[in-house]
Amino acid sequence: MSRLHRVTIEINGEQVTASIAARVNLIDFIRTEAGFTGSHLGCEHGVCGACTIEVDGAAVRGCLMLAVQADGANVVTVEGLAGMGRAKNLRAAFLAENALQCGYCTPGMLVSALEYIESGESSDRATIRAHMAGNYCRCTGYQAIVDAIAAVIESGEGA
Amino acid sequence: MKPVDFNFERPASLTDALELMSRDDMNVVALAGGQSLLPMMNFRMVRPDILVDLNGLDELRGSEIGPDRARIGAMTRYSDLASNAELMARLPLLASALPHVANSAIRNRGTLGGSIAMADPTTEMPAVMLALGATIRLASRDGERSVAADDFYLGYYESALESGELVIAIDVPTAAPGDAFGFYEVARRRGDRAMAGAAIARRNHEPRIAFFSVSDRPVRGFSAERILGENAASVEAAEGSLKEIDFHGDLHGGPDLKRHLARIVLRRAWAELQP
Repeated sequence: MSRLHRVTIEINGEQVTASIAARVNLIDFIRTEAGFTGSHLGCEHGVCGACTIEVDGAAVRGCLMLAVQADGANVVTVEGLAGMGRAKNLRAAFLAENALQCGYCTPGMLVSALEYIESGESSDRATIRAHMAGNYCRCTGYQAIVDAIAAVIESGEGA
Repeated sequence: MKPVDFNFERPASLTDALELMSRDDMNVVALAGGQSLLPMMNFRMVRPDILVDLNGLDELRGSEIGPDRARIGAMTRYSDLASNAELMARLPLLASALPHVANSAIRNRGTLGGSIAMADPTTEMPAVMLALGATIRLASRDGERSVAADDFYLGYYESALESGELVIAIDVPTAAPGDAFGFYEVARRRGDRAMAGAAIARRNHEPRIAFFSVSDRPVRGFSAERILGENAASVEAAEGSLKEIDFHGDLHGGPDLKRHLARIVLRRAWAELQP
């Protein structure tokens, strides 16, 4: 048995400390140690994008980082976006455009879409699709997701 | 799935990392960006006793741009490469290829050195480095050595990287006036593993043509290089010469499909070079 690592991660503004095995991935830590269950584990090999979160300001796959690697990092999940009033227009657009059905992919979709919008990219649908290609929606609601992102960019009011 | 239990080390210096890597009584595995390694660990294809996290090694991060070459630290992330405007201006082939590497969230973590060391024949970076004639810098506890990209790739996930060694940097010749570059990739969906791809660098009318995701390693099309070096218009003859390549099938199809796709990506990557 490997030794345990004492890890402190700031998650959605809250300092969370726990002693964990090195093999625990960041999303399992966020869900089970910190209790933020908004981020979802889908494929656990970086393909589906459901676990996409912000780590120190960058969108990353939460399943492809070990929690021990995030010691001292600042993490934002979908709960944090809502709690900090971020991505307000994007969240409203997802509702208005019916850009979710079951909602499993939505926490990752929002983080990836937010990165795209905040980088000042265009509302061109092919460019949006290229960026969002790493997030799967198994209800296949891609049309509405692209609509929502394009609507936010076209409104010119930011995410 | 979850990885096996393992011990985790996060060395603060390259010297410490190489000391850990030198242990031959256990399975010691180096962790760079982890965007391929962690899935392989989750599938239990890789079962480390000790995982050595290189993410604390700032000395392996960043790029130095010289008059005719750039030295890129192995732990430089794809997103850091793409946002380095001076580097991208000097390495246009790398700039063309980067947007095809998985997706933004993966590029925010994945590293150039990690991709080079993984030697996955379906990935872009080994072929780009082959086309550019890059040199891979390796280090072990016993010292450093360099291996040309041409000699580095030996087979599926197999390279000249030896036990106890780490990729520390990649030396890449930068573009000079008159050089031309082309890149083309076929994938089922943007960011997916390539079905086939080609990277071309032409200097002094001499092209270097590297294919990826067509064989068990990135491969050069030597006859195609010779044919197109003599006559840039003889693309059809160059396509015909590709039969010399040892094509390997994968989940997308057999060697015949790969040969067909290699012709297409050669033609399209070559078309990018034309004025």
